[in-house]
Amino acid sequence: MTSQEALFNYNLRLGDTSLILAQRLSEWTGHGPFLEEDLALTNIALDIFGRGKALLEYAAKTEGKGRTEDDLAFFRNDREYFNALITEQPNGDYAKTIVRQALIDCFDLAFYSELSKSKDETLAGIAAKSIKEITYHKRHSFSWVNRFGNGTEESFNRLQNGLNEIWPYAGELFEMNEVDALLIKEGIAVDLSMLKANWEKEISQLLAKANLVAPEGTYVQTGSRKGLHGEHLSYILAEMQSLPRMHPTAKW
Amino acid sequence: MGVINFEELFESKLAKNDIIEPKDWMPDNYRKHLIRQISQHAHSEIVGMLPEGNWITRAPSLRAKLVLLAKVQDEGGHGLYLYTAAESLGTSRDEMLDALLTGKAKYSSIFNYPTLTWADVGAVGWLVDGAAIMNQVMLQRTSYGPYARAMVRICKEESFHQRQGYELMTHLAFGTPAQKEMAQDALNRWWYPTLMMFGPPDVESPNSENAIKWRIKRETNDELRQRFVNQSMPQIEYLGLTVPDKNLKWNETKKGYDFSEPDWTEFKAVIKGNGPCNKERLASRNKSHNEGAWVREAATAYAKKQNENYEAA
Ligand SMILES: [Fe+2]
Ligand SMILES: [Fe+2]
Ligand SMILES: [Fe+2]
Repeated sequence: MTSQEALFNYNLRLGDTSLILAQRLSEWTGHGPFLEEDLALTNIALDIFGRGKALLEYAAKTEGKGRTEDDLAFFRNDREYFNALITEQPNGDYAKTIVRQALIDCFDLAFYSELSKSKDETLAGIAAKSIKEITYHKRHSFSWVNRFGNGTEESFNRLQNGLNEIWPYAGELFEMNEVDALLIKEGIAVDLSMLKANWEKEISQLLAKANLVAPEGTYVQTGSRKGLHGEHLSYILAEMQSLPRMHPTAKW
Repeated sequence: MGVINFEELFESKLAKNDIIEPKDWMPDNYRKHLIRQISQHAHSEIVGMLPEGNWITRAPSLRAKLVLLAKVQDEGGHGLYLYTAAESLGTSRDEMLDALLTGKAKYSSIFNYPTLTWADVGAVGWLVDGAAIMNQVMLQRTSYGPYARAMVRICKEESFHQRQGYELMTHLAFGTPAQKEMAQDALNRWWYPTLMMFGPPDVESPNSENAIKWRIKRETNDELRQRFVNQSMPQIEYLGLTVPDKNLKWNETKKGYDFSEPDWTEFKAVIKGNGPCNKERLASRNKSHNEGAWVREAATAYAKKQNENYEAA
C-alpha cells in the first residue's frame, strides 16, 4: 500500500463516517420531539454533512482518478463504504439517538483536536474547523444524556436501553489497521490508542452522572475498516443513492 | 386632562403608521385576528417542513442535500419566530399546537399536495416560496411590531429559498431529457395549487376593510395572483417549460397575462381536509408530537429537580 492509497482510504473512512451519521440524524428533521430540538439536531446534521462533504472531496482528490465527492457518495456499494458501524445503526427513539451521539461526540472532539495537528494541511484544516462545531455537539448530547438520566423513570429506561443497544459498536471507533500504522508514521493520522483512556474516563463520568450502567462483557462489533457492515447500510445507501443511480449521466 | 380614550389612541397610531407593541392597548378583534393569522402562518411553516423533508434522505448530490436540509431548517425557524410573535399577544405554544394537532387550526393548503419527484423540491422552492413572498412582503410593514419584525427576517430567507428552487429547476430543465420531463411534470402539478395560494377570487372573498386598515393586506387576491403570473412567465419561458393552461396568453391592453382560474372546487375540498395529503400531514405532526411527549416531560422533570436542588441549597 502506498501512502497515497492509505490516505485515500483514511479520507473515505472519515468522510463516510460523517456522511452516514448525518444521513441518520437528518431522518429526524421535521420529526423532532419539539421544535427547538428539531432545529438543534438539524443543525448538528448540517455540520456533520458539511464535514463529510469536505472529507469526501479530499478523498476524491487523493484518489486522483477524476471522481468527485458525489461519485464517491452515490456510486459506491456498501462493501466499498468505510463508515464506522455505530453511525449506521438505526436512530431508535430519541434517547438512543442522543446516547449514540454522545459516544461519538466524545470520540470526535478528541479525534479532530488531534487531527488538527496533522502534517497533512487539508486534514488539519478540516479538523480545525470542526472543533468548535463538535464542542457544541458534545455539549448538546451530554446535556441531554444527563437530562434523560435524571428526568423521569421513562426517560431513564429509554436511555439505558439505547445505551445497551449502541454500546457494542462504540469500541470499533478505536480500531486501527495498516492504514493507520502507515499514516501515523508520516505524522498524518491520529494514534487512536492515545485517545482511548480519556474517552473511557469521560464516558464513565457521563454515565455515572446519568445513573447509567455500561453493559458488561459486551463483545465489540467490528468490520467497517474492511468494508464489512451490518444489514442496515445497504438500505441507507439504496435510499440515498436511488436518484443519481437512476440518472447516472445527470448533473444536479 | 380627561380620561385617555384607548381606542382613539390606537386608531391615531394606525393612522400615523405607528407600530403597535405587545404592551400597547389594542382592540379585541385586532388581537384575535392577529393571533389567528400569525399562528396559522406558523403552522404553515411547520407543516411545510414535511413535503420537502420527504426528499432530504434522497437528495441527489451532497450540495443539494445541504441546501435542502438548511431550507427545511429555515422553515422550522420561521415557525419558531412566528409562534413567539403570537405568544406576545397572550396565547401559548401549547394552545396553538393543540389547535393544529386536533385539526382545528388551518395551515396553508399547498402543503397538502405530495412531493412526488425531486423536481417538486425545486418547484416548491421556486413557486410556493415565491407566492408566499408575494403574499407576505407587505407584512414587513404590518402594524403589529413583533409580527413585522419576524416577517423582515422571514421574507429575506424566503427570497433565498425561491432563488435556490429556481436554480434547482434550471439544472433539471437544462439537464437530461428525463430531468427536463421531471421538471415539466412538477410544474404541471404545482401550477394551479400555487395560484390557489392567493385565495379565492375577489368576487367571493369578503372585502376585509380591517385587514387593509391594520396594514395586514394591501392588494386583493386577484391582483396578487395576476402579479405572480406576470412575474413567473418569463422565468418559465427561460426554462423552456410550459404552463398547463391553454388559455394563457399575453394581453397587450392590460400589460399582463390572461390565464385560467384554478379549480376552486378542488381548493375548497383541500381546505375541508380532502386534499391528497391532509391526513398524512396531520398524522405525521401528531406522531412526532406524541413520540416526543416523554422527551418534553423528562426536560420538565429535570428542570424542576434542578430548581428544587437550587432552592434547597
Ligand atoms: Fe412561509
Ligand atoms: Fe418559511
Ligand atoms: Fe421558505
